[in-house]
Amino acid sequence: MNKQKYSKIREKLRKSSVGIAGLGGLGSNAAISLARAGVGRLILVDFDKVEESNLDRQYYFLQQIGKTKVEALQENIRKINPKVEVETYNQRLKKGSMEKPFYDVDVVIEALDNASTKADFIEEILTKLPNKPIVAASGVAGYGHSDRITTKYLGNLHMCYDEHALSSDEDILMAPRVAIMANWEANLAIEIILGEDK
Amino acid sequence: MSIEVNGRKVDWVENENIKDLLKRMRYTFPLVVVKINDKVIPRSDFSEVIVPDNSKIAVIHMISGG
Repeated sequence: MNKQKYSKIREKLRKSSVGIAGLGGLGSNAAISLARAGVGRLILVDFDKVEESNLDRQYYFLQQIGKTKVEALQENIRKINPKVEVETYNQRLKKGSMEKPFYDVDVVIEALDNASTKADFIEEILTKLPNKPIVAASGVAGYGHSDRITTKYLGNLHMCYDEHALSSDEDILMAPRVAIMANWEANLAIEIILGEDK
Repeated sequence: MSIEVNGRKVDWVENENIKDLLKRMRYTFPLVVVKINDKVIPRSDFSEVIVPDNSKIAVIHMISGG
């Protein structure tokens, strides 16, 4: 690979920041990929603790059960790329102030689970931080059908989307599909930071 | 006299706003974005914006899971 292009990309990523709302299957896997890719600063927001039932798809380990997700994920990121600056918020995002942890990031990733919380979050970011690019995902549940997933570009909203998927109340959540969507989100965030790869 | 909603051809109704169209289509899930002919319509305008004849409408919705 062209060395100049490589170091330019590295430098741009090192100076960039991504905020992640929710550290379940989407958020934990997206964060790990972004840390591996060399994004310089990650803001992680989640109120939950690691449970055994999370391990079928989320980037945590058996020994981390009971820890807060922000703490556990910060540990895992440090083991992979200690140069990443990680800022954590162990809190539930509340309607009316959901945008607060994300004022100064380059890209926001929506990685929440409940459909109406997702919708509320996206709406708050789009209206309160009108210049902020936001990446979201909808239609994560199930297995197979990778090729039904598309990106919808809607102004500042970049959506990883499968309109035919069932909700997680009606369908199983599994590592492969959740990780595809998580990495799709991470890949979109990198595309936004670096600009389109031509 | 028809419109296209998420790729489906449906009748155009005179003076119908987006809110009423969504009700007619039975789209009850938490909505994120409605686009008419590639223009994003803010949620706060759903009761005011009238759906034009021959328009293409995209409704993007959120599905639980994460």
